[in-house]
Amino acid sequence: MAVDVEPGATFTVVPVRRYGQIVLALVVALLVAWLAAAGASSHFVNPAVVGQYLLNPLILGGLANTIFVSIAAMVIGIVLGVVFAVMKMSSNTVLAAVSGFYIWFFRGTPVLVQLIFWFNGVPAVFHDLSLGIPFTHVIFFSMPMVAFMTPLAASLLGLGLNEGAYMAEIVRGGILAVDEGQVEAAQALGMVSAQTMRRIVLPQAMRVIIPPIGNEFISMLKTSSLASVVTFGELLRRASDIYSSNLFVVELLVVASLWYLLLTTVASIGQYYVEKRFARGTARAERETPWQAALRNLMKLRR
Amino acid sequence: MSMPALQTMRPMVRAEGVHKRFGRLEVLRGIDLEVQPREVMMLIGPSGSGKSTFLRCINHLEQINAGRIWVDGELVGYRQVGTTLYELHERELAQRRAEIGMVFQRFNLFPHMTALQNVMEAPILVKRVPRNEAAERARRLLERVGLAEKADVYPAQLSGGQQQRVAIARALAMEPKLMLFDEPTSALDPELVGEVLAVMRQLAHDGMTMIVVTHEMQFAREVGDRVVFMDGGVVVEQGPPEEVLANPKHERTRSFLARIL
Ligand SMILES: Nc1ncnc2c1ncn2[C@@H]1O[C@H](COP(=O)(O)OP(=O)(O)OP(=O)(O)O)[C@@H](O)[C@H]1O
Ligand SMILES: [Mg+2]
Repeated sequence: MAVDVEPGATFTVVPVRRYGQIVLALVVALLVAWLAAAGASSHFVNPAVVGQYLLNPLILGGLANTIFVSIAAMVIGIVLGVVFAVMKMSSNTVLAAVSGFYIWFFRGTPVLVQLIFWFNGVPAVFHDLSLGIPFTHVIFFSMPMVAFMTPLAASLLGLGLNEGAYMAEIVRGGILAVDEGQVEAAQALGMVSAQTMRRIVLPQAMRVIIPPIGNEFISMLKTSSLASVVTFGELLRRASDIYSSNLFVVELLVVASLWYLLLTTVASIGQYYVEKRFARGTARAERETPWQAALRNLMKLRR
Repeated sequence: MSMPALQTMRPMVRAEGVHKRFGRLEVLRGIDLEVQPREVMMLIGPSGSGKSTFLRCINHLEQINAGRIWVDGELVGYRQVGTTLYELHERELAQRRAEIGMVFQRFNLFPHMTALQNVMEAPILVKRVPRNEAAERARRLLERVGLAEKADVYPAQLSGGQQQRVAIARALAMEPKLMLFDEPTSALDPELVGEVLAVMRQLAHDGMTMIVVTHEMQFAREVGDRVVFMDGGVVVEQGPPEEVLANPKHERTRSFLARIL
């Protein structure tokens, strides 16, 4: 059936009515109200206790430790990642094999196991940490392993080595994304492969590497909570230390979670600006507000 | 220690029975060629005939499977002691490559560096030229290719012709004794070809030894001292441009020229 339209007529546009969405919103609101009521009547969470511990000095110290160990482990991971990525792509098959083994092993075992291994396993097997000439009795320096393998040392080793294996694959992807002609041009100018890598390939690979580093860091902020098992005094450990004496278990977990949420949200917003600078030309990066980007990043986090 | 008289006799490039295979595909099947100092050799031939591969063998970006190549009297890729050839180390290979300039079809400028930085980088890194001296020389080279005012611009903001001229300046910054051009104008819009050819013409005029792979027959005729026609991994015909281009002796040369002109 044809519809006649007078020239110059004005129209009213009626958007599609999304009834399903309205019903769903009502259901969700009901569920939230029911949960809140249940929580309040059972004294599941005492908001006053949460407020009291939110700025507790032990908690704030844990927060600082979480930030520190996350950043330090990321730095270790990035350095190792670059080294092992370059090794894996080297024409030297021994270096490539060593790197392949490292990535395979550290990505293939749980980071929790690795942390416990460094903290409990290593001191149990090796009593002393010594620097000397192998297979001789010459020793320059020696200390008991338990003195070296502090909770911080074990956390940095566990988290950093694990992160390095993931970063190696990210860096390798970045290096592979650089046009082969770049290497050729550098070689034709007389650069050796180390110079080519450092001055030509890696700076261009950064464009590809930097955005995922943001994701890795946000993951690390949360993964660092595993360091609590090796008694490192990060956020979760401090919260559990407190609740094991006062038994406000849920309140302190809420306190820790609030801080984790704040950290990851701030990091996601930071990542938005970094991504915007490096992910040039992709339509999505330009449409989003920092808040949308933060939400998207929080949704897609792994581990 | 060789005498100057002998040096002028020595070819800049000498290739002898050069063979190159990629897996089972034999791309170069016995190339014999000589290029004299200050000579401009134009290398032409159909796609896939092995022109690029031959250029890349000259600076050892590709390793040859048989035969030998000398550049300025030095064996490419090897050191000869008696009848034994010792493979060169990476650092030695790089030193030899530094003396041979190469210009690519797709420019291959470093996109994260300005035009000036592109030109300065290798002299600083490879030849240890002090930074301010390298910068000054780079500016002069950019001036020479007509891009003095583009020194601080990144490659992405330059036209193809301008990028290729920066690439030529970058190669010249190493003060090469030989320049290899692999279809330097093939990726350019027609109206930008002229500016690049003009720079190359000037370079030839200044006495640079050049091997140029090109499809610009007019340019080959004007600037080339010699035209070499390759097909199927062998040199089919060579001689002065007017001879090879106007009166080719071989059927394959004739049909190639008929197709391209
Ligand atoms: N790295 C490589 N691996 C395998 N085959 C290759 C490689 N490089 C070149 N070839 C092959 O060698 C042959 C000669 O290639 P080359 O690039 O030297 O030809 P060309 O004469 O420069 O051609 P064009 O005019 O298209 O540039 C082609 O068949 C090509 O597919
Ligand atoms: Mg080619």
